[in-house]
Amino acid sequence: MTTTHDWANDYDVMDPDYVRDPFSVWDHLREQCPIAHSERRGSSWLPTTYEDVSTIAHDVTHFSSRNVSVIPPSADDENAIPVGVPPISADPPEHTWTRRLLLPSFSHKRVAEYETMTRELCAGLASEIAARGHGDGAAEYAQQIPVRVIAKVLGVPGDEADTFTGWVRDVLEFAHIRERRDAGRDALVAYMFELIEERRDNPGEDLISTLLHTEVDGAPVPDAYVLGTAALTLIAGVDTTWSAIGSSLWHLATHPEDRQRLVAEPTLLPTAIEELLRAYSPVTMARIVTEDIEFKGCPMHEGDRIILNFPAANRDPKAFVDADKVIIDREQNRHVAFGIGIHRCAGSNLARMELRVALEEWLRRMPDFEVAPGAEVTWAGGQVRGPRTLPVVVK
Amino acid sequence: MRVIIDAQKCQGHSRCYALAPDVFDVDDYGQSTTRNGGAVPADREDVVRLAVLNCPEFAITIVDE
Repeated sequence: MTTTHDWANDYDVMDPDYVRDPFSVWDHLREQCPIAHSERRGSSWLPTTYEDVSTIAHDVTHFSSRNVSVIPPSADDENAIPVGVPPISADPPEHTWTRRLLLPSFSHKRVAEYETMTRELCAGLASEIAARGHGDGAAEYAQQIPVRVIAKVLGVPGDEADTFTGWVRDVLEFAHIRERRDAGRDALVAYMFELIEERRDNPGEDLISTLLHTEVDGAPVPDAYVLGTAALTLIAGVDTTWSAIGSSLWHLATHPEDRQRLVAEPTLLPTAIEELLRAYSPVTMARIVTEDIEFKGCPMHEGDRIILNFPAANRDPKAFVDADKVIIDREQNRHVAFGIGIHRCAGSNLARMELRVALEEWLRRMPDFEVAPGAEVTWAGGQVRGPRTLPVVVK
Repeated sequence: MRVIIDAQKCQGHSRCYALAPDVFDVDDYGQSTTRNGGAVPADREDVVRLAVLNCPEFAITIVDE
């Protein structure tokens, strides 16, 4: 952590030091604040304890989800996506029906249908890297997986994966560069509009067809909601899971004792995955304060942004024993990597399946690997944190 | 041992179902329920205690210990 920053009063979630190592900043803030404030990009608050994050996430009356971007959007967003991206951007009662509309598409039963294609995809990618003896665990592996699974969910060919990845990165990772964010959003929306029109006439087994042909209270779902929910599926299903896979591989590349144990005891993997999700939670959300309130001594004003810091909550020593240590057989782990309360990630079953299969197929072929000597690992942060380059050598 | 789930608190994290699918079920909307009226076989008591300790919403309670 750099000491030149006044993290308590002027934090910046896009600061390169914070992106690289947010953990020491959170530790510092938990002892000092524990809710930081900043006027950068409008007035915002950054809670860092499990208790505060949980309380805010559960209080949907004072903390609205009408905008969940960590970086405030431009006014154009409302024109481009008129009802937002429900259910993630909706409050009750709109949240209730839009979430019920989406959840069955990501049930355990539906997710199981994607496991075979996910495994074949991971096996192919891992085999190439194993045969070559080196590769990029982030760009050539993690980044290639969720986007193709989401393409399958949307019923579109995987060959547009790179285009999708580009849009999602524009919207999430480069949200602080307005032109890039707006361009990515517009391209994504235009694509979804076309897809919706196509599926209206030629329905399939995909998510958009399901949304178009489901009735709510005896009426079809308005197009704006189909658009918002389809856009959400792409935006929320790509960067997030890829970051979790990448961070997990980074941990295993840099902690041989954990890697060796997982290879020797594969039944430990589900427990280890929950721990890796806790320790390297990729996703931070936002909430909007709905009325002036004092929260834990902080004078919050209507319209202020809350940076809902699930990753910091998961590192709170009051909530987790040895919170700063990765303990792959940690038995008690109430982590909130997928959020908590009514907005629990609708795709969490899918994300967990992808993470498990991705690690299984990688470790089966590459039980022994490390970060390439002298190579640089780069990280993205802000809304979603994870490695963007992870050069490894296979031993 | 018997176990109950608070349907108002459950948000569909599925941590209980992942640990003990023989004791817990989950529907298409993520709502967890108990099987067999929440009866826990003696050899599954430990894993059900783990499910309680891993529910992020504190929605599971052991009764009739």
